[in-house]
Amino acid sequence: MLDDTDRRLLRHYQHGPDLALAELADQAGLTPGTCARRLERLRDAGIIRANRAVIDWRALGYEVEVSLRITLEKSEPRAFDDFLAAARDVPEVVEIQTFLGRVDVRLSVIARDMGHYQEIYRSAILAMPHIADIEALMHVARIKSDEVLPI
Amino acid sequence: MIELDTTDRALLRLLVEDATQTASALGRHLGLSQPATWRRMRRLQDAGVIKSQRLDLDAEALGFGVTVFLGVKLATKGRVSIADFERAVSAIPEVQTVEHILGLYDYRLRVVARDISDFERVLRRRIMMLPGVGDVEANVLLSEERRAGPIG
Repeated sequence: MLDDTDRRLLRHYQHGPDLALAELADQAGLTPGTCARRLERLRDAGIIRANRAVIDWRALGYEVEVSLRITLEKSEPRAFDDFLAAARDVPEVVEIQTFLGRVDVRLSVIARDMGHYQEIYRSAILAMPHIADIEALMHVARIKSDEVLPI
Repeated sequence: MIELDTTDRALLRLLVEDATQTASALGRHLGLSQPATWRRMRRLQDAGVIKSQRLDLDAEALGFGVTVFLGVKLATKGRVSIADFERAVSAIPEVQTVEHILGLYDYRLRVVARDISDFERVLRRRIMMLPGVGDVEANVLLSEERRAGPIG
């Protein structure tokens, strides 16, 4: 249902989500009217879900980012549901992912500094139910983060 | 560092939902005038709070059925330049994100593929060919939630 023009448009839009319609149309080789109609159709079809602002947590004073790789007690049937519900209650948890592999769940946790992180870890993370094992990985730098799909 | 009030936090939440809204549309949600909303947006941008915009696409509908996170350890530290590895890995189109981490692995990669056999191709022909690549651990993504974070 996508043609080559849609793909070209999405490619340019992914690389410049903040472009004005006229600029985007120009790059994709379309008239602004055609471009707007195609974008509208892609949004209606659910292919474009949203165009979101990305927050830089460092600018808000959150200097520390830790990935927690968690293995759950799988003997407990409600382990996933209970754990995920508890994770959603912690405001400093910015990402929750579940996996098939050695790791069951990964939480991305942000904190103002190491002291703040330790506080979150002790009071909120360790209190979450059904944890069998936790590994912590500290973020050093983002080398690539545009999350562009190779369309 | 910038201090946020309740209205700033509400404005940020709206922009994370949809960054294409106009200042007047946002203002209607927040009970602010268009110029007052615009000034707040400007302040958040100037402080670097809004880093960029990201197009949220339905990867599955576009034919990318599999997302895998790879933990990569560099094998020959010192002999291979980190800069060479980072440049080479960032150039692979299927690699969406590259994070340098400290702990069990050196790098965390987010890789998209059409299906598992396409992922195998990316892993064998691209990732395993990178200069200095050592142990690799793969975890297939089942579900993903991005939370509002401490502005919620």
